[in-house]
Amino acid sequence: MIFAFDFIILLFLIPVAIVALQLKDLLAAAMVFGIYSFLMCLLWAEMGAVDVAFTEAAVGAGVSAVFMIATIFNTKRNSSD
Amino acid sequence: MEEFIQSRFNYWIYVILMMIGLWGMISKNNLIKKLIGMSIFQTAIILFYVSVAVKSETANIPILPHHGHDYSPKIAFAHAVSDDHENGGHDDHAGHQAHPVGPKIPDPDGYANPLPHVLMLTAIVVGVATLGLALAITQKIYREYGTLEEDQLLEKVRADDHG
Amino acid sequence: MKKLAGIVVFTVGLILLYGVSSLDDFPSWGTPDSPANKSPLSQYFIKNTIVDTEVPNMVTAVLADYRGYDTMFETVVIFVAGLGIFAVVRVFEHGGASRVVTADTKPDIIITNTCRLLIPLIQLFALYVLAHGHSSPGGGFQGGVIMGASFILVALAWDLDIALKRFSEKQAFICSGIGILIYAGFGLASVFLGEEFLNYGIIHKILPGVDSPEMARYYAMLGVEIGVMFTVTSIMFLIYGLLATRGKMTAGL
Repeated sequence: MIFAFDFIILLFLIPVAIVALQLKDLLAAAMVFGIYSFLMCLLWAEMGAVDVAFTEAAVGAGVSAVFMIATIFNTKRNSSD
Repeated sequence: MEEFIQSRFNYWIYVILMMIGLWGMISKNNLIKKLIGMSIFQTAIILFYVSVAVKSETANIPILPHHGHDYSPKIAFAHAVSDDHENGGHDDHAGHQAHPVGPKIPDPDGYANPLPHVLMLTAIVVGVATLGLALAITQKIYREYGTLEEDQLLEKVRADDHG
Repeated sequence: MKKLAGIVVFTVGLILLYGVSSLDDFPSWGTPDSPANKSPLSQYFIKNTIVDTEVPNMVTAVLADYRGYDTMFETVVIFVAGLGIFAVVRVFEHGGASRVVTADTKPDIIITNTCRLLIPLIQLFALYVLAHGHSSPGGGFQGGVIMGASFILVALAWDLDIALKRFSEKQAFICSGIGILIYAGFGLASVFLGEEFLNYGIIHKILPGVDSPEMARYYAMLGVEIGVMFTVTSIMFLIYGLLATRGKMTAGL
């Protein structure tokens, strides 16, 4: 619940979200989405929701990125937009 | 002005992130990009819920300090029940320092609101399970049609319908 | 399509921004007086979880006790998602002639030895997160995901076949079912002892060494979280195995 910390992380989140959607290399997009999840995890730890932050660190930044990479490995790596 | 920004900034970013996710879901052509957009949308909503649960800068995380048996069960239960019905305000400092008489009762303003945290915790785990299901369907689509681009998929589906 | 998406997103965003910033009755960030924070339900949880359940972590207490139905059916949702992925992508190929081409079939010595060192620690940490979830952040969901990630690490470092030797597909499905049965079993035990479904307080009659309903709730919550962990661990590993091999459950990533 420190507003300066909150402010900086929230400002970081928007470019990271846009980059995750704009990258043409899907593998890179999945990794940037992992970074996005990790920033979210920091944000929730800062706001006092430690359980949510823990879950997001395990699930969002870890397992869901692995699932996406597994799918990209079995389909196509490049996207048209 | 500074105070206004501080009181609204989380909600502005929540709206912007949600709209980025929605825009990704609508306008992106690749199915995996759409799923990333969906996840951004989901985390934006979780951000809203967690922002609602935040209390002032003095509030603690929702885990009680538990040294020994500070909160005696039997007496505290009766005390807490009567407290709920009659007057909730007179135990303001009970959470911070030892009460001279009677057991301690946690101060509601001293801890963050646990209810939105619970709702969002399960939402995250179910979110990853549904993301896995969506990725599985994506793989199935790729196996059937050989592409993940929406326009090419639509063409192939239409060609299958006509031929 | 892109222009239309832009217009829709811009309009909805403007309306929402107006809603959160101009309306006077929208509570500001961090105020303890907002309707969500002043609601009797959340105040009841903060005041009484320690009294009702002896669990210092309110989130765990609300998750596993007060909102027990919710968590039970979330677990069922995860189980059904695993079944759905199985139904969508699993293929059975007899003969096994067409193996999936992998990037590097021989495991790397540095990676495998590091994983040999790390995996026991990861699994120990998962069990710690589960067992200590009552008085620190953690619980069945987080512990289950970390435990599943340790099996995924085996599959990534060596091969999915090596991981399946330790935790086969059939065992994973059985474990995920067992998890839900453990959860429902605690609910049914409280029914048979004369209380409502998932009202664990009454279990103190049959648990040895537990004499108060509060401690019975404490231990029943631990049992319930163990059930959740079984399901989440096995379903996470299954999802990875099915997605990484296009449903063949052999070789792969």
